[in-house]
Amino acid sequence: MTATVHVPGGSMPAAPVEPRKRRASKVPYLLLLPGVAWLLVFFVAPMIFLASQSLQTGSIEQGYALTWHIGTYGDALSAFHSQLFRSFGYAATATVLGLLVGYPLAYTIAFKAGRWKNVLLVLVIAPFFTSFLIRTLAWQTILSSDGPVVGFFRATHLMDLLRSLHLVAGNDLLSTPFAVVMGLTYNFLPFMVLPLYASLERIDIRLLEAGGDLYARPFTAFRKVTWPLSLPGVVAGTLLTFIPAAGDYINSKLLGNTSTTMIGQVIDGQFLRVLDYPTAAALSFTLMLAILVIVAVYVRRAGTEELV
Amino acid sequence: MATATEPTRVTGTRPASPARRRRNPWTWLREHVVAIVAVLAFVYLLLPNVVVIIFSFNKPNGRFNYTWSHFSTDAWTNVCGAPGMCESLALSLRIGVLATIGATVLGTLMAFALGRHRFRGRPQTNLLIFMPMATPEVVMGSSLLTLFLNLKIPLGTTAILIAHVMFCVSFVVVTVKARIAGLDPRLEQAAADLYANEFQAFWRVTFPLVAPGIAAGALLAFSLSFDDYIITNFNATTSSVTFPMYVWGAAQRGTPVQINVIGTLMFLLALAAVVTGQLVSSRRAGRA
Amino acid sequence: MAETASTGGDLHLQSLTKQFGSFVAVDDLSLTIPQGSFFALLGPSGCGKTTTLRMVAGLEEPTAGRILIGADDITDTKPYRRPVNTVFQNYALFPHLDIFENVAFGLRRRGSKNVKQQVDDVLELIELGHLARRKPTQLSGGQQQRVALARAIVNHPSVLLLDEPLGALDLKLRRQMQLELKRIQTEVGLTFVHVTHDQEEAMTMADTIAVMNNGRIEQLGDPASLYENPVTTFVANFLGQSNLVRARVTSRSGEHLTVDVQGTTFTMPRARCTSESDDIWMGVRPEKIQVNATAAGANTILGTVTDTSYIGVSTQYLVQLGFGQELTVVRQNDGAPILRPGQEVYLSWEPAHTFGLDARQDAKAGVEREEGELVPAGDAS
Repeated sequence: MTATVHVPGGSMPAAPVEPRKRRASKVPYLLLLPGVAWLLVFFVAPMIFLASQSLQTGSIEQGYALTWHIGTYGDALSAFHSQLFRSFGYAATATVLGLLVGYPLAYTIAFKAGRWKNVLLVLVIAPFFTSFLIRTLAWQTILSSDGPVVGFFRATHLMDLLRSLHLVAGNDLLSTPFAVVMGLTYNFLPFMVLPLYASLERIDIRLLEAGGDLYARPFTAFRKVTWPLSLPGVVAGTLLTFIPAAGDYINSKLLGNTSTTMIGQVIDGQFLRVLDYPTAAALSFTLMLAILVIVAVYVRRAGTEELV
Repeated sequence: MATATEPTRVTGTRPASPARRRRNPWTWLREHVVAIVAVLAFVYLLLPNVVVIIFSFNKPNGRFNYTWSHFSTDAWTNVCGAPGMCESLALSLRIGVLATIGATVLGTLMAFALGRHRFRGRPQTNLLIFMPMATPEVVMGSSLLTLFLNLKIPLGTTAILIAHVMFCVSFVVVTVKARIAGLDPRLEQAAADLYANEFQAFWRVTFPLVAPGIAAGALLAFSLSFDDYIITNFNATTSSVTFPMYVWGAAQRGTPVQINVIGTLMFLLALAAVVTGQLVSSRRAGRA
Repeated sequence: MAETASTGGDLHLQSLTKQFGSFVAVDDLSLTIPQGSFFALLGPSGCGKTTTLRMVAGLEEPTAGRILIGADDITDTKPYRRPVNTVFQNYALFPHLDIFENVAFGLRRRGSKNVKQQVDDVLELIELGHLARRKPTQLSGGQQQRVALARAIVNHPSVLLLDEPLGALDLKLRRQMQLELKRIQTEVGLTFVHVTHDQEEAMTMADTIAVMNNGRIEQLGDPASLYENPVTTFVANFLGQSNLVRARVTSRSGEHLTVDVQGTTFTMPRARCTSESDDIWMGVRPEKIQVNATAAGANTILGTVTDTSYIGVSTQYLVQLGFGQELTVVRQNDGAPILRPGQEVYLSWEPAHTFGLDARQDAKAGVEREEGELVPAGDAS
C-alpha cells in the first residue's frame, strides 16, 4: 500500500478539469528566472537609481552625492506643477473622450459586425502599422489652417464653442490644447477599443437578450446588463489610455504650443538639455508615484490578476 | 469544445414597422447612434493613414510636407534619397528583430511559469510584470538613463536594445498567458492518455496550440520596439538614430516625402500580412 | 511499453481510496472487471465515479490502494505507459490536428507500423472515413464523439474508459450512440468501463453495473437483477422508480415472509428481503402494480386516484392509500379506460415482485436524480 502525499487543493472530485498538481518544483522558478532578472535589473533597479538621483546634489562636472536633499522635489514642483496638472488634465480628458468614442466602436464590432468582425478588428489596429510619429505629423496636415477641417469648424461655429472652452485661442485648430487632446485621444484609442472589445465579446448574447426582455428601455437594459459585464474592459482600457497619455509629450510637442507643455516634455528637457538630473529625476519620480496612486485607487475594484 | 448546439437566437426587440421608422428621422438616428459613432470613430482612426498615403505622392514647395503642392512619384522612385533615413530604418529593423527575439523568449518562458504552475511569489511576479505596462515611457526612459549614467554604461544601440526588451517583455507575457489560460487542460491529459510523455505532450499538443499566442506576442513586441521614440531617445547617442528619432528630427528641420513612403509601405506590408494570415487561417478552418 | 495491450486481462481495483483534503471521494473501493465486458459505473455527480475512472487512467493519484490489469500493477505507472485509453467527457479532441491525425496520435507516439491502415480501418468502423481530413470543430457533436472513440480504440487498450461519453449529445443522438457504442464494443471485444449518471444509458449498454454513492459501491450486478432486486433504497430509487411503504414483519414461514402495512397483510419471497429486522421498507416498482375495480386475491389494497399523467405509451397515476401515502402506478395504454382522479381502485401485485429493505435507510435516498452534471460547453480551441 502506498500512501502518497497530497497537495490539498480546492479540486472537487467530480470536476474532470483541474490544473495539474505538481509538488513544489523548481521548474516555474527556472522559467521565470531570466525574465524576472531582466525586469529587476532594467526596470526595478533603475527606479531605485532614479529615486536616489532625485535626492542627490551636485553638478554634472563635479559629480553627484546622495545628500537626501528632499528640497529638490519642492523646487521642481513649484516650478513645474502647472505642467504636471496639465498632463493629468489632458490625459483624463483624452481617456473620457476615448471611452465615449471607443465604447460604441467596440460594441459595434462585438455585436453588430457579424462576419465583418475580423475585418473591423484589423481596421482598429491598422493605424499601428504606420509609425506613431508619422501619423501624428499627418494631423498637422489635417488640422492646418487652410484645410477643410478648420473650414468646417469655422463654418459650424464649433470653433467658437472650442474658444469659449479655452481649447483654442485664435481661429486655428493646430497648436492648441484642442489639437493636443485630440491627438492623445487618437493615439491611444486602439488601447481603449481592444480591451473593451475583448470583454464585450465574452458576454453571452443570451444575457443581453434576457436584459432586452426584462427591461423595457434599451438603455436600461444596457445599464443593468451590458455595462456591468464590460467593466473589466472599461478599467483596462481607461488605464491603458490614461497612463501613457499622462507621460506622453509627442502630441503636445507636435500638435501644441508652448502653453500646452506636458510634464514628459519637461522631464525630457531637464534630463537631456538642461542636464539638471536631480530635478529631472524628482519630476519623473513624482509622475511615477502620482500615477501609481491613481492606478492603485482605480484598480482596487479589478485586481491586477485580471489586468495582467 | 464547440458542440452542435447553437444557441437559438430569440430577439427581444419589438418589431418596428419599417414604414414608421423611415418617417421619423429622429427615431432612425436614435436607433443607429451607436453605429454612426462607430463609423465616425473609424474615420478618426484611419484618416491620418490616408493622409500619409496621399502625401507620399506630394512634391512640396518648401522643406515641410504639410500642404499639397502637386502630384509626383519622386519619393517612391528614390526612397533612400533622404539622407540618413534608410540607415535609421535599418537600425530600427535590427533593434526590432533582436528585441522581439529577446522579449518573446523571456516572455514566453514567464507566461508558461505563470499559466501552468502554482508557486510562491506568484502575486509578486504578476505585479512585477504589470508594472512596466503601468509606467509612463518617460519614467522608464529616464530611470534607465540614470542607471546607465551612474554605472557608466555607454548609451547607444546596446542600451536601446536592453530597454526595448524590458518594455516589450510584459506585453508578450500577457498575450501568451491569455492563450495558455484558454487552453483546455484535458487536451494535455488526452495526450498523456494517448502515450505521449511530458515532452511529446508539450511539443505535439501544447506548443502548437499556444504558438498563435506567441506569434501575436512577437508581433506586438516588434511593433512596440519599432515605433518607440521616448524611451529610445533617452538612451540613444547621435550615432544610434532609430527611425522614429529620425522622424522626430525631421519634424523640426523639414520632413522629406520619403517618410510618408516608408509609412505607406509599412501600412501596406502589415495589412498584406494580416490579410494573408486571415486567409490562411480561414482556409484551414475551411468552413464546412 | 504498451505493446502487450491486447493480451491484457481483468481490471482489478483493490481498496482504492482517494481523498481531496478531508473529502473522501472514493472510499476503499474493491472491484474486478472481467476482460471483454462492458462495465458501467453509475451514480449521481460527486459519487466518485469519475475520480475512480481518472485513477485508472493515471490522471489522478490514489491516496491508497492498488490498480492491476491482469497481474500487472499499474498504480504507479505514468498515464502514457498504461495500456488504458480514455474517451473524455466533451471529447478533448486536438483542435489543431485533423481527424486522421487525432486518431493516429496514439499510434504515432508508440511508433506503431501501418498507421495509415489502422486509422483507415477504425475510421471505417465508425463510418467517418470520408471526413479524415476535417478539423474537429467542423464536425457535429455526434461525429466528434465517434472520433474520440476511434482515437481510443485504435490503440487496442486493455481497458477503454468512457467518461460520460454521451453527456453532451441531445436525447435522440444519445439513444442512437448507445446502440452504436454497444455494437462497436461487441465488434472490437475490448473491456469498456463506462462512467455515467444516466441509469437508462447504463442499463442499455452495460453487462454489469456498479451503482456508486458517496465513494462506495451500493450494489453490483447485471441490469435486470439490479432493477428487480435492489438491495438498498438508494439503488431502488436511483435505478428507475420505486414505491417504498413502511411495513412490519409478522411472520417468517419457509420461503415466505408476511408483513403488515397499517392493517393490510402482504406476502413476499423471503429471499427478496435483505433485512433481518422486523421493520422494513416494502418495495414495489410502479409498473408491477395491477389496478382492479374489485378486490381480487392477496396483496391487495384500496386507494384513491389523485393524479393522472398521460405519457403516450403509458399513463402514470398517483394513488393515495387509506393511511395517506401515495403510490406511483404505471399502466400500459392497452385500451383500458384512463382512470380519473377521485376514482377508487384496488391495487395488487405479485408477491414475487415485492422486495424488502432495511427500514433504517432513508426512503428518499437517490430520488433526486441529477439531470445536469454536464460540463458547460466551453470552447476548447
